[in-house]
Amino acid sequence: MSEQLSGTLATISPPLPLLEGLTAEFYAFCKAGELRFQKCSDCAAWRHVPRLRCGGCNSTSWRWERSSGQGVIYSLTTVYRALHPGLDPKTPFICAVVEMSEGVRVVSEILVEPGQVPEIGTRVAVVFDAVTQEVTLPKFRMTGRQ
Amino acid sequence: MSSILNETCIVGIGETAYRRGEDRPKTDFDLQLEASLAAIAEAGLKPGDIDGIVCPIVGGKADDFAANLGLKDLRYAVTSHTGGAACVAALASAAMAVAAGVARHVLVPAGWRGYSGPRARGLASNSSDLGIGSVVRDFYAPHGAVSAVHQYALIASRYLSRYKVPVEALGMVAVEFRRNAQLNPLALMRGKELTLDEYLASTMISTPFRRFDCSLETDGAAALIVASASKARDMPQPPVYIMAVEEARPYPIDEFANRQNMVEIGLTQAAPRAFARAGVTPGDVDFLQVYDSFTINVLRQIEAAGFCQPGEAGQFVLDGNIGLRGSLPVNTNGGMLAEAHIMGMNNVLEAVRQLRGAAKDRQVQNAELGVVTGLGGGWATSGIAILRR
Repeated sequence: MSEQLSGTLATISPPLPLLEGLTAEFYAFCKAGELRFQKCSDCAAWRHVPRLRCGGCNSTSWRWERSSGQGVIYSLTTVYRALHPGLDPKTPFICAVVEMSEGVRVVSEILVEPGQVPEIGTRVAVVFDAVTQEVTLPKFRMTGRQ
Repeated sequence: MSSILNETCIVGIGETAYRRGEDRPKTDFDLQLEASLAAIAEAGLKPGDIDGIVCPIVGGKADDFAANLGLKDLRYAVTSHTGGAACVAALASAAMAVAAGVARHVLVPAGWRGYSGPRARGLASNSSDLGIGSVVRDFYAPHGAVSAVHQYALIASRYLSRYKVPVEALGMVAVEFRRNAQLNPLALMRGKELTLDEYLASTMISTPFRRFDCSLETDGAAALIVASASKARDMPQPPVYIMAVEEARPYPIDEFANRQNMVEIGLTQAAPRAFARAGVTPGDVDFLQVYDSFTINVLRQIEAAGFCQPGEAGQFVLDGNIGLRGSLPVNTNGGMLAEAHIMGMNNVLEAVRQLRGAAKDRQVQNAELGVVTGLGGGWATSGIAILRR
């Protein structure tokens, strides 16, 4: 958690990933506007969170592949108490598990327009949000097709 | 292995007062030491009799206990990497050490300043030790799933939707345990009844979880001592036999979203093993003490332990089965939702009291066989112990 002073205002950043190793690679793609997951070179399974070995066939051969960016809400929670000073100002917000068309599931925020009520089963598509200079997070919006 | 485990007993229990706030600052270890000394005395032992320890997941390390208990010959010191399941999983280590003749009196302490120190609400369940794990840090917290309450809320939301369970089922877990706490002099919620309407009106934290879906935050510690059955027969307390202890985890353990069944817990694997080793079935069980960090986990564990089919625990609760006079009394002490959050060790102690016939107003009639669970690391590492008198 870092504290940035801006004039007389102190802002506390939201919790941020530690940009090392595979995590850094994942989020570097996000910063470039791409959602990519690892795909096993031997059994073609997609996986998330990033790992060095395939959980299915144990292969250590893989590539970063670009996701369609399309998914479906698998679960969601509306957060009223963030329990983190960097996220308290945003509440209430929606945190969801999104199941991508590739099969992997991602924990991410659902960005909602007035009048929209996302539910389990709602179709969503990825967008990118630069939350700091270094970190861009994938987030999701409801798509027109429901 | 089953015969080995049946030859070890819990021979002493002890606890501090369970509080929110303290008169003077103590450390996690101070509390654990106090509970340890109480358990040692209750077992009719002297501190120097302790020659084995399964260390807690926070607070004292083996050297802290050895130095402060005045141990001259500590022969066995391990810890359990199961997070909240440690108090139960630790019974296996303790029993194996005793049965193998490595140690004679194994101390298992637990406890913390869960109210006055870093609060349970701030913890993330990725790591088997207390503290934020890398997956939560990198892929959950930045997206808003900061803490256990948010992470379990995502699991609960899926569970309630998939099985069409009304939120009142969660509420009745909280109400029943609060009711039990009224009969428990140790319980923080004694004197504070809870109705379903009050539950539904309580503050929403992260849907579907309200304030009363979440376990207490408590300062306190509890401990127990394991010894051989032959020694136990000469000790002051009625022995409680350890019939079986098992632990298990689903894959992957370090993040839950990509599990094939996101609501699955290790207990699905561990419970059948434990019942098989003990040679008993869920139908034989007189009471159940489950790790109730959140109400959803009570439903998940009732099912995974084999008392209900998946998705049916909600109706089981609504039908009144888990009350003190129900078909399966659960958390007769009020659990972590209503007695105290001592990382599940308080639930183990209540199981021991029930089997000793020492649960007073909360006594389950003819309690001969009890099950106690722990649930912790990775939102799904499970421990289960089958105990008998």
